[in-house]
Amino acid sequence: MTGQELLQSFSRLLGAKLLKQTQFRDETTFEIEHADLREVARLCRDDLSFDYLLDVSSVDNFGDDPRFEVVYELYSLTLSVHLRLRIRVAEEIEPDTVSDIWPTANWHEREVFDMMGIRFKGHPDLRRILMWEGYPFFPLRKEFPLEGKASEMPDVAFSSAAPMEGGPFVTMPSTATTKDREPRARRPAGEH
Amino acid sequence: MIYLERTARARSVSDMLETRPAVYDSKIEGNIIFTQVDSAINWMRKNSLWPMPMGLACCAIELMATAASRFDIARFGSEVMRFSPRQCDVMIVAGTVTYKMALAVKRIWDQMPEPKWCIAMGACASTGGMYRSYAVLQGIDQLLPVDVYVSGCPPRPEALLEGLMRLQQKIAGEHPLRAQKPALTSELEGALA
Repeated sequence: MTGQELLQSFSRLLGAKLLKQTQFRDETTFEIEHADLREVARLCRDDLSFDYLLDVSSVDNFGDDPRFEVVYELYSLTLSVHLRLRIRVAEEIEPDTVSDIWPTANWHEREVFDMMGIRFKGHPDLRRILMWEGYPFFPLRKEFPLEGKASEMPDVAFSSAAPMEGGPFVTMPSTATTKDREPRARRPAGEH
Repeated sequence: MIYLERTARARSVSDMLETRPAVYDSKIEGNIIFTQVDSAINWMRKNSLWPMPMGLACCAIELMATAASRFDIARFGSEVMRFSPRQCDVMIVAGTVTYKMALAVKRIWDQMPEPKWCIAMGACASTGGMYRSYAVLQGIDQLLPVDVYVSGCPPRPEALLEGLMRLQQKIAGEHPLRAQKPALTSELEGALA
């Protein structure tokens, strides 16, 4: 069975659990309900040979409802097929952990929690992984400012807001291309 | 002027001052150097600056290149990179200081014995560099006193060596005896006046 046949049979198998299927540059994305995540994950690993979880990441669609997306990148080492699972989670929802299905998800879910503040139900050790214990913010959320916020955790770490004026890598909020958003592009012509 | 070879024998400050200025005769007294205590101390300090290699990012690679044979930091007496702060004279902060690491750097600095100096190597250690970010300290000088800033991202080994030589010049202009023994120096100066 080839990879594409596998994915087609899989989409038939899921039936109504499959909310949306997208195809982009030979990559397949399945969007599912967060309540079905563990069931689908087990199916993927045990029956469809997706033995390798490449990555878990998250997206903040600030202003939308539900607000967050959690994205699981799966790979089958036996069939060389890639599959992306996506769930949408509202702010108050705690999606289930998959760290018992793919042990590597343990640290990935910790990172998602650390940066985005999504808590995973059933995770054995949901601590911060990049920022220090006691840091009060989730820095990759859209409402968090680029320059950061002041915080203080005595004898552990502190943080303060960085100055943003004239920084060479500071972009302006706009939908223009990077070339036009960066301050270097706003300088008068001829000045370098 | 204070003569070094006489201070060893002198029991008190007045003993020292009673000695007459010596005349140097190389045939009678070989291997004697006349100098000031400050100059002698500075000469010893600046030519054996033992670095604390605070390598935190890619600048540490250039720091290692500076220590290796082509650039050879040993030519300036600084080849003894010590990973114990107790044995170090100059902390070379080489790389991005994150807030998570900041207090650890400060703690290592506090563990270094006086006299001590600090070189901020590269854009990140000096100002935070390109990281205008929630995670990066905007210059190590917010936590400890920096003597020399070396620009570059990362600086070439030549630039770090130039920074080290600038630090040596700075040390040569210090007054260590006056700083450490203020009572003794004021007594000496008063007696001489």
